[in-house]
Amino acid sequence: MTIAGWLQIATYCLVLLILTRPTGLYITRVMETGGSPLEPALGPLERLIYRLAGVDADKEMRWTGYALALLAFSMISMLFTYALLRLQGFLPLNPMGFSTPSAPAWATAMTADLAFNTAASFTTNTNWQSYSGEGTMSYLSQMLALALHNWVSAAAGMGAAMALIRGFARHSADTVGNFFRDLVRCSLYILFPICFFYTLFLVWQGSIQNFAPYTVAITLEGAKQIIPQGPLASQEAIKMLGINGGGFLNANSAHPFENPTPLSNFIEMLSIFILPAGLTYTFGKLVKDTRQGWALLAAMFALFLAGVAVCYHFEAAGNPLMARQGVEISTAGLGDLGGNMEGKEVRFGLANSALFATITTCASCGAVNCMHDSLTPMGGLVPLINIQLGEIVFGGVGSGLYGMLVFAVLTVFIAGLMVGRTPEYVGKKIEQKDVKMAMLFVLAGSFSTLVLTALSSVLELPAGSPLNPPGATWHNVNNAAAHGFSEILYSFSSCTGNNGSAFAGLTSNTPFYNVTLGLATLIGRFIMMIPAIALAGSLVAKKYVPASSGTFPTHGWLFVVLLIAVILIVGALTFFPALTLGPVVEHFLMHCGRLF
Amino acid sequence: MLEQLIPALRATVVLGVLTGLVFPLLMTALCQLLLPYEANGSLVRHKDGHIIGSTLIGQQFASPQYFHGRPSAAGSGYSGEASAGSNLGPTSARLIVGQQDNPTTAGVDESFAGVKQLADAYRKENLLSAQDRVPVDAVTRSGSGLDPHISPENAMLQARRVASARALPLREVAALVEQHTQGRQLGFLGEPRVNVLELNLALDEIKR
Amino acid sequence: MNDDLSLVPVPQRKKMPLFQPVIVRRALKDSLVKLNPLTMAKNPVMFVVEAGSVTITIVFLRDLISRTAAGTLLFEGQITLWLWFTVLFANFAEAIAEGRGKAQADTLRRNRRETTARRELGKDKYEVVAATALNKGDVVLVKAGEIIPSDGEVIEGVASVDESAITGESAPVIRESGGDRSAVTGGTTILSDWLRIRITVQPGETFMDRMISLVEGAQRQKTPNEIALNILLAGLTIIFLLAVATLLPFSIYSVRAAGAGQPPDLFSLISLLVCLIPTTIGALLSAIGIAGMDRVLQHNILAMSGKAIEAAGDVDTLLLDKTGTITLGNRQAVEFLPAPQVSERVLADAAQLSSFADETPEGRSIVTLAKRYGLRERQLSNIKAHFISFSAQTRMSGVNLNGKQIRKGASDQIYKFVRELGMPVPVEVEKEVTRIAQAGGTPLVVADNMRGLLGVIYLKDVVKGGMRERFQRLRAMGIRTVMITGDNPLTAAAIASEAGVDDFLAAATPETKMQLIRKEQSGGRLVAMTGDGTNDAPALAAADVGLAMNTGTQAAKEAGNMIDLDSNPTKLIEVVQIGKQLLMTRGALTTFSIANDVAKYFAILPAMFGTLYALPGTAHGPLWSLNIMALHSPHSAILAAVIFNALIIIALIPLALRGVSYRPMGAEALLQRNLAIYGLGGLLVPFPAIWLIDQIIVILRLAPLS
Repeated sequence: MTIAGWLQIATYCLVLLILTRPTGLYITRVMETGGSPLEPALGPLERLIYRLAGVDADKEMRWTGYALALLAFSMISMLFTYALLRLQGFLPLNPMGFSTPSAPAWATAMTADLAFNTAASFTTNTNWQSYSGEGTMSYLSQMLALALHNWVSAAAGMGAAMALIRGFARHSADTVGNFFRDLVRCSLYILFPICFFYTLFLVWQGSIQNFAPYTVAITLEGAKQIIPQGPLASQEAIKMLGINGGGFLNANSAHPFENPTPLSNFIEMLSIFILPAGLTYTFGKLVKDTRQGWALLAAMFALFLAGVAVCYHFEAAGNPLMARQGVEISTAGLGDLGGNMEGKEVRFGLANSALFATITTCASCGAVNCMHDSLTPMGGLVPLINIQLGEIVFGGVGSGLYGMLVFAVLTVFIAGLMVGRTPEYVGKKIEQKDVKMAMLFVLAGSFSTLVLTALSSVLELPAGSPLNPPGATWHNVNNAAAHGFSEILYSFSSCTGNNGSAFAGLTSNTPFYNVTLGLATLIGRFIMMIPAIALAGSLVAKKYVPASSGTFPTHGWLFVVLLIAVILIVGALTFFPALTLGPVVEHFLMHCGRLF
Repeated sequence: MLEQLIPALRATVVLGVLTGLVFPLLMTALCQLLLPYEANGSLVRHKDGHIIGSTLIGQQFASPQYFHGRPSAAGSGYSGEASAGSNLGPTSARLIVGQQDNPTTAGVDESFAGVKQLADAYRKENLLSAQDRVPVDAVTRSGSGLDPHISPENAMLQARRVASARALPLREVAALVEQHTQGRQLGFLGEPRVNVLELNLALDEIKR
Repeated sequence: MNDDLSLVPVPQRKKMPLFQPVIVRRALKDSLVKLNPLTMAKNPVMFVVEAGSVTITIVFLRDLISRTAAGTLLFEGQITLWLWFTVLFANFAEAIAEGRGKAQADTLRRNRRETTARRELGKDKYEVVAATALNKGDVVLVKAGEIIPSDGEVIEGVASVDESAITGESAPVIRESGGDRSAVTGGTTILSDWLRIRITVQPGETFMDRMISLVEGAQRQKTPNEIALNILLAGLTIIFLLAVATLLPFSIYSVRAAGAGQPPDLFSLISLLVCLIPTTIGALLSAIGIAGMDRVLQHNILAMSGKAIEAAGDVDTLLLDKTGTITLGNRQAVEFLPAPQVSERVLADAAQLSSFADETPEGRSIVTLAKRYGLRERQLSNIKAHFISFSAQTRMSGVNLNGKQIRKGASDQIYKFVRELGMPVPVEVEKEVTRIAQAGGTPLVVADNMRGLLGVIYLKDVVKGGMRERFQRLRAMGIRTVMITGDNPLTAAAIASEAGVDDFLAAATPETKMQLIRKEQSGGRLVAMTGDGTNDAPALAAADVGLAMNTGTQAAKEAGNMIDLDSNPTKLIEVVQIGKQLLMTRGALTTFSIANDVAKYFAILPAMFGTLYALPGTAHGPLWSLNIMALHSPHSAILAAVIFNALIIIALIPLALRGVSYRPMGAEALLQRNLAIYGLGGLLVPFPAIWLIDQIIVILRLAPLS
């Protein structure tokens, strides 16, 4: 590790902290109290959208209505994407002729299972990609089928979080907001203005934005090189801000076109965390005690910094197996270009790669600027654990906050009993139904990750099976032994967590993995989001209980520590056995000098 | 149910058009107007007009008179249509000691250069001794497979070879490397690095 | 519990040792009975343990018969045994908690069965029947030395009754027909005289019957928090079930990949499962609830449901009646303030004379205070006096003595009395009267027909000792106290400030009391109150915790959800404390249970995967380095964890029954303390404990050395 590296990390944290409050205030205005300065300009468009969509945005919904609207919208938009992907060969804006007879030889076919996986994955804000963008997707598919979800899945997540915040903020009420209003206002007043300037910024740094066919270059040595083109920057902006992570190109944010410079990298990292960080302030603001929001942010920051420190430390320590081959890996000599550079870009180095890997998995982003599969075992453990904890450390747009609030509810329930009262959180008593919903939330994630990983690590299929051409499902790994297991575990953790990053060695574009991973994304999104909205419904009806000195204060350091402990213990206890057989054992093996 | 589905469908179409068509078209128009060079891929043209490549995208260099980029896992090496890393884990034998071609499978080349082979080759072409340690970026594949940069240490170690291949004084080549070493952006972001294509273009300039 | 710091000293009189031989014997038997899977199914955590135990018993028996796994039989047998112990220990905890109540109920029931009654058939005609055969409306005659057979109302006679069977209070009470003291309770004993009693309840519905069923816990239903906690525990159990069940495929993959080691056997997997699921709290949860009810009972309070006790822990506002709860209940004379030109002694003398016949506590306190002025108590018979008692019309009382008319009473009446005699009312006296009233006291003016106004007696409501400190502690716990009084606001304010309550409701009527409760509740606060009168009934029913006095009317007793057999309103504070203790004990043991898992992982996982990725010729693979406790062998490690997991249940039974120690302090301080003990303790304790058990196992050669 280097001072220069830590300086970049510290700057990042500082800028994020400074932006939290204004962002939170702005979200509060847009989503709840009104008064966004953009309202005069965009108001007519907002009303036009409601009219065209035929919705009454002023009608408040009960939690059931909210959840139904969200589900219906997600289902329809998922079908829409599936249809577009399957039909891309017949649709315009396809200069490379993907899914047509004139497709290049290196193109990937858009099969039914791949289209299902992709549609599910983008609808759920996961953006797991079993395909490579530059070899599969027409420009229309990228923009209309995929980028649509980059916008609306983020806005829907924000809506669900707002519903839960309203559950805490309102009392003796029965409605939690209007789904379409939340969806449209988030897209229009929050995502759109930021993405507008963000796109321009990215292009200024070197990202591409055009509709040209791929460029064929003749290199200095006379070889042919294909350079991909397309409307990339506009999609990159929402991919990061919406914490989606589905890259326009296969290498994602490691690709020089998606992430051309260290500055673009800094802004991309910032844009992952900015909305979830702001939402913690919004939460505090709306429950009329901003300290509550800061406490959540403090817990997030502590977990995040711990992750960065571990990941950076192990990446900087590097791979001793490489050192044995006479390779200089010491950061003392090479700075942040030493350590483990496999899968990393020189312009980012170790610190920015470790930071990005931690951020993208703390949040449910899944964009990567280095290949996670090639991280050191312990360095790779960090993203894996981050995802398995439920991506509540900042997390997705909305999904991070509602996940964190679910854990706050659990923490208050376990610890609150110890002060001798029925547990309360921000003035709401935590009772049977709330605990039930919180447990359902936690259970859904563990179930999907563990069971599907278990299935995939032992399922025997004949070689060439149409379900999975490589045969047994554990043949799809790119690395043998413990690391192979990590690849499978990571894939289901990532899809269940709606992250989308990968230990990308796994060959996942087979019917078996496309379907199981697609299912995991749906479970991870909806079986977790619906309990969160139900929790909102249960909370919103409750009376407000004023805090007294007998109430466990949830804004102090003690709560922060407890919250972290509950998150770590619940997460670690669930996944520790699996992690032992993956990264942990690999760490020891690496230091024993074992190769597989 | 229908009362839920119809607004959902209408909203999908309306928002799809706005976010999926209007927004990218609007942004493309603006970018083409304001930043056409960047928006089209920062392409470098040869004086005869053909496109050499993009300053942002690394390309394969094998001949001794050019600086070499990092090993690449993109396709056959720096294939722009197949950006990718190696996705090999730290205990992978392929990654560390490489893999030989299997002679029984004709037509398929399984050979893969591991860190060991890459380091040996690097030492050999740059006339280093067996004890000399090779900078790690020279033997590892980047995440994109299209990394346009190498570390300044890596560049300096190659300078001697390039100088002798081009019959240029080492000092001049080394000065060129230094000249093309980009510092940290805004003074603190990222790592000092050398853009290989730009450096090689500059070398070709000297030749004339 | 540290009595110095507890809110109210815990009465010692019914305290029983935790483990009485009788109770333990019975609990041992009950633990076996409770193995019935239908009973176990109510407790998801322990049900999983039982299911696991059955499974491995079958496998063990199979191995025993087929002798296939001779090397591991010792291990398998011990694991099987300890898993069954885990289940039995849990059952034992519950049985012993129930046992205390059951033993008490047995005694009560025996008395009840043996009681007979003399039922009236007609005038002076009686038949002897069993107490249990009495119906509502029957009339019985009970004589000295006999037990009153059922609940009823005295219709004739006066008698002293020993109610200690119910209240534990050995001092006899008077029961007579008519008025407040006519209700008698079945199971109490007449000490002197006789009573004719009309039975007012149906068989099986007597107070004693209700008490028996409450004590036995037959009606025990899970409380809201207990249900919520059960959901949490069931959820955690499912999560660990998933984690352990999927471990098998994971290890099959790993073994295949490593080419070394073996997938864990069923015994290790089920051991891991049992160690991970929250068995400690799962085993003790119902015992904690039962013990909480029991503790309330030991304070002589009958709680109609566990829910009420739990609600007591949540109480935000305590409504306390001023009289009898905050103050001693009677105003007492504290000072004589003579009129100008009157000596204190003269006033004292007149006051004493006028109060001789006054049997009220106020009257007696005046007599007592006068003694300080050297006035001895005079024999009533020696004085030819005609006493005039207080009436609502005159609002005065006094004495006519040798033509002297001494009067004492409310100021306006005495002023009138004096003015009618043509004598003046000095301004000084009027000033004193106002001053006393403003200070919350009651001015009693004394005058006679010869000397006119003599002065004022200062009657004061005396606040009980230590109340201010108690309220301070309640405040620290976040509980607001509101004093309820019929006094005028001025008086009420003065007493409120003296007692240190947070608020008061003056000139209270049943309606204003109700309003106050509704107001507090609509603000999200839980309200507790005490009451005894029929007009308290609606408020008692509306309050979240309504503690009715046993001496109170039937209506009040039915409206409240707790009855204090000692009729001591300050007990409300103890009930709150017990409620809090109940919740805290659950929280503490849950935290402890979950925190324990960390150490168990470090015992079992290296044992399971110790040979994975081992190089040929070496005994251990890399994961054996996770064995940070340096346990001897995989078998001893797993055994040690399982044994620890079982023994910790037994070790914590006393804590579950007694409850974690409670000190009234703010939530944050309380949490810090409990977290340090049960959270951090739960994390750390298992490490040395498992290490020690491992050592013992090896010394006893219960497992191979490596």
